[in-house]
Amino acid sequence: MADVITYREAVAEGIAREMRRDAAVVCLGEDIGEAGGVFKTTAGLFKEFGPERVWDTPISEQAIVGAAMGAAMTGMRPVAEIMFSDFLACCWDYLANEIPKVRYMTGGQVTVPLVVRTANGGGLGFGAQHSQATENWALTVPGLQIAAPATPADVIGMMAAAIRSDDPVVFFEHKGLLASKGSPPPPDHVVELGRAAVVREGADVTLVALAAMVPVALRAAARLAEEGIAAEVVDLRCLVPLDMSTVLASLARTSRLVTVEENPYQGGWGATVVSVVADEGFGLLDAPVRRVAGECVPLPFADALEERVIPTVDKVVATVRDLTAY
Amino acid sequence: MDSAELLALYEQMVLIRRTEKAAHDLFLQGLVKGTTHLAAGHEAIAVGASAALRADDYVFATYRGHHHALARGATPEECLAELMSRATGLCGAKGGSMHLTKAATGMLGSYAIVGAHLPMAAGAAWSARLRGTDQVAVAFFGDGATNIGAFHEALNLAAVWKLPVLFVCENNLYMEYTPIASVTAVARPAADRAPAYGIPGETVDGNDVVAVRDAVAALAGRARAGDGPALLEAATYRHFGHSRSDPATYRPAEEVERWLKHDPLDIARGRLTELGVSEETLTAADERALDVVRRAVEAAKSAPAPDPEQALTDVWADGSAAWRT
Ligand SMILES: Cc1ncc(C[n+]2csc(CCOP(=O)(O)OP(=O)(O)O)c2C)c(N)n1
Repeated sequence: MADVITYREAVAEGIAREMRRDAAVVCLGEDIGEAGGVFKTTAGLFKEFGPERVWDTPISEQAIVGAAMGAAMTGMRPVAEIMFSDFLACCWDYLANEIPKVRYMTGGQVTVPLVVRTANGGGLGFGAQHSQATENWALTVPGLQIAAPATPADVIGMMAAAIRSDDPVVFFEHKGLLASKGSPPPPDHVVELGRAAVVREGADVTLVALAAMVPVALRAAARLAEEGIAAEVVDLRCLVPLDMSTVLASLARTSRLVTVEENPYQGGWGATVVSVVADEGFGLLDAPVRRVAGECVPLPFADALEERVIPTVDKVVATVRDLTAY
Repeated sequence: MDSAELLALYEQMVLIRRTEKAAHDLFLQGLVKGTTHLAAGHEAIAVGASAALRADDYVFATYRGHHHALARGATPEECLAELMSRATGLCGAKGGSMHLTKAATGMLGSYAIVGAHLPMAAGAAWSARLRGTDQVAVAFFGDGATNIGAFHEALNLAAVWKLPVLFVCENNLYMEYTPIASVTAVARPAADRAPAYGIPGETVDGNDVVAVRDAVAALAGRARAGDGPALLEAATYRHFGHSRSDPATYRPAEEVERWLKHDPLDIARGRLTELGVSEETLTAADERALDVVRRAVEAAKSAPAPDPEQALTDVWADGSAAWRT
């Protein structure tokens, strides 16, 4: 393996590793075969595994996810691609009503071990119907695990855990991170779902971020360090299971909390994080909590407008500065 | 069709082709951000259909909708300004290439979720019925859209409610990179499905503006008279790849060559020549279109960027984006 791997390559590599070790893993989605996916996140899979394991589908999101569900109920481990996360809405019945409820409704008789992968998030000027960060949609549904890795190594490790999981996983790949690079992890690298990572240590404030907001939080932390503010950055990695013990442990060290999320403030995952902190960790706080989140608008097209809507390093720095002065 | 009418349609097609070319060039210069889905090659469908429709009819399009916006009254300047993220853009730079909309002229939008607008077109037609007008609604969509649930639901609803709506499929043989035939159960992805809903399903040479005009006129006339919806499958080809990042290497060279020879502009030109229109007249039409687009590019280039605060307008009817009191 090369010494560096892109996030985009890590997606294909992560799937390939699981397809090699388990014949039950099959892929389906639009343009994922010979074309290698519109984001090239399935490049090479068709060549290695052939058309019996990598299936091109029509533009039929309900059929893709519904069929993946049926296959998962009967012994396969399908990995379904929904090209852009905005399109999850086209198959929402399966994600909100069918997949997460079957094990429960059947008293545990039927399991649905599948992964729905999707390209999430903005920053690329794709306009309102191809740019949303939608991980918070899935967060409202009990029964779905939610993974959103920020680095190539995590993509591979979390893909392994997601595919091996006996529960359904919605796997958000951030479009803004696809070209980012990192070291490839060793063979059989598995990152257990629901384990957050402290990716920078600091004693003054905890920044909790996810996916493309992790590098934003890290850049903000580097800027704050120049001002003498030591920010600890927690990469949440998953929304379900939600690793609150890592967040609370960090808070015990720093006593201040800022969440950095791309999805809109209205209904965003940061609200869940801070509500748990208010509920279970109020005594750890020396200051109010703050959420830096997307504005509550659909994502506009123009760069200047998009930047006004998605959290930036400047916004995070300003928020942390205010909070540490509290 | 007389030569004056055809000449006007030809000039409109040239205008669209030139605008698309400008969009492509501006993209290469880094002045158009995000993505574009050019409709070069599809001009005859937009222009022919528009010629058969009334000014108060409704049109719904996909992300590949520059041609429909232009055919339904948006100016090259407004469109290019939108693509270039200018405040003067058709949607104030909030929409972008995939969402060109000009409601005032009945162009009710371009939708980037495949198939989403087919039920909307049915709804617009239903509304025309409820309001007692004889307007018609048209949904333009690609062959790939015929495999999504919304296509089938819209056709069925339109059929059972006998709505004045026309479904026009622009069959360019490909979804993004996948040949439509490899993922579709029937040979003609749109027309072959119409019988299942008990509505007419016709095919037409989508590169022949006269044939498109006539076919749409007949089906829209029928719908306007209360005889219900219809489906038209127009055969065409996109000259560029699916979107800006796609060089379209998956298409056989021989196929590309054959279709490029079947260019809608050439076909219209041939017909005009047969009707006795001189070369000078045709060249003058080309020049006029080129000039309009050249000026549109300059105007769009010198237009101001949007105020970032505009990002926080237009969510609600009061113009704001506030979600709490
Ligand atoms: C619901 C949904 N699924 C997938 C996509 C991604 N996508 C955009 S265009 C496209 C191909 C559409 O092909 P077709 O309908 O034939 O239209 P054309 O691009 O040829 O005009 C796909 C799969 C989307 N925009 N919406």
